Amino acid sequence: MGDSGDNTDRGPVMLELARLAKRFGGRPAVDGISLALRRGDVLGFLGPNGAGKSTTMRMIAGVLTPDSGDARIMGHSITENRRAAQAALGYLPEGAPLYNEMTPPEFLRFLAEARGLGRAAREAAVERVTADARIGAVTGKLIGELSKGYRRRVGLAGALIGDPPVLLLDEPTDGLDPNQKRAVRALIARMAEGKAILITTHTLEEVPAMCTRVVIAHQGRIVADDVPEALAAREGGLERAFADLTYRAEALTP
Amino acid sequence: MMDAPVFPPLPGALAGLGAVYRRELNAYVTTPLAYVFLSVFLVALGVFTWEAGAFFSLGRADLAAFFAWHPWLYVVFLPALAMRLWADERAGGTAELLFSLPLGLPGIALGKLFAAWTVAAGALVLTLPMWITVNYLGEADNAAIALAYGMSFLMAGAYLSVGLALSALARSQVTAFVLSVLVAFVFTSAGLPIVLSGVADLFGTGVAEAIARLSFLTHFEAAQRGVLELRSVLFFAGFTALWVSLSALWAGQAREA
Repeated sequence: MGDSGDNTDRGPVMLELARLAKRFGGRPAVDGISLALRRGDVLGFLGPNGAGKSTTMRMIAGVLTPDSGDARIMGHSITENRRAAQAALGYLPEGAPLYNEMTPPEFLRFLAEARGLGRAAREAAVERVTADARIGAVTGKLIGELSKGYRRRVGLAGALIGDPPVLLLDEPTDGLDPNQKRAVRALIARMAEGKAILITTHTLEEVPAMCTRVVIAHQGRIVADDVPEALAAREGGLERAFADLTYRAEALTP
Repeated sequence: MMDAPVFPPLPGALAGLGAVYRRELNAYVTTPLAYVFLSVFLVALGVFTWEAGAFFSLGRADLAAFFAWHPWLYVVFLPALAMRLWADERAGGTAELLFSLPLGLPGIALGKLFAAWTVAAGALVLTLPMWITVNYLGEADNAAIALAYGMSFLMAGAYLSVGLALSALARSQVTAFVLSVLVAFVFTSAGLPIVLSGVADLFGTGVAEAIARLSFLTHFEAAQRGVLELRSVLFFAGFTALWVSLSALWAGQAREA
């Protein structure tokens, strides 16, 4: 588990989870998850509903406070130095919540200002992510008027603003048509060279196309951590791996 | 563990105040809320001043009949302005996005308060023709009127801070509005003579005086007479700071839920 046995010659750890845990109403939602992502890692974080994926993402993003354990982003502890850790993080929350009364550039300028970018850097950053996420055609519209696909891309552009070195993307291709999905996957592949990216997805066939590594979680614990090809080969396909591993974990649960 | 973040976080707990202020102000002016608030507030203030306050029949070149209604209108109108400030973020899911940014909770809370306060200030500015009117009708005490305007502005911040805090506590805008009106009404009506005499009868004059000191009416009353009382300025500033702190505290607790 953890670093998946990777060597360290790919550079420093950019995102590290150490025994991260959270309970709700006495039940563990996340139960001691440890991971480490280095530059270039695109980790697909899979699991059935209730596996603790979104809770893990929220703890890394500093939205929820862990009961125990820690997440370190570029060396900054989310529990001890939350804002420094958050400054190094771009986050696309589940469902891509956005401010409907704003246009995409207004929304992106707000995020850029909140991230501490000066006026000139702000405009350059908005232009860059608008081009990267291919939302130039809708810059004059209110976000509330956009299609689900465009809303998702505006959310993705928001996560990219300020060029943070670590990205958390919760279902980044949800709601996109096949062409848009391909464009987002290409964008993630381009960004991956200089970043560490953690993605949750329910679409298993996307994992080999987007991810260099896959983690399967079940009931708050990691039950598999490998490169997608190796996991698929060992378990007879990713879909089967997902079903078998979560079933086995279920059976082993007292 | 290793590279420094590309953009270091803004310093201090107030990080994000400006960004949140501009976003919230944008939300007011790009939706009907601010315009409905301004229109209805101005009409209501006009009706109460000219009709219920019998402005013309008093035959005085002052705005006493106008300022006397401010606290009572604020009890209803300012909670309506503030009820969306946190409740909207939770309903739209944007609270998660906001809390993932490198911002301080006090900065977010103050940014929200200042945006609503700006709209309230806009409403006061739009009443300036009344000030011009009394100068046209006679020799007005402009220093006293300016002081009452200033204190009304301060008092508006106190009412809004209650709405802001209860918007962080309540699960919906409607609940936030109802709770805010109730709390605002208590802090306003506590200064009414009928309330104070009843309290004095039941608990003694000491308790009645203590309650009077917590009432918005008491602290606004001196300013209406053209008297600047430092303790009233400190009361409104302290009251606002307390409820903004509660807002940040409750928003932080709601984040963890």
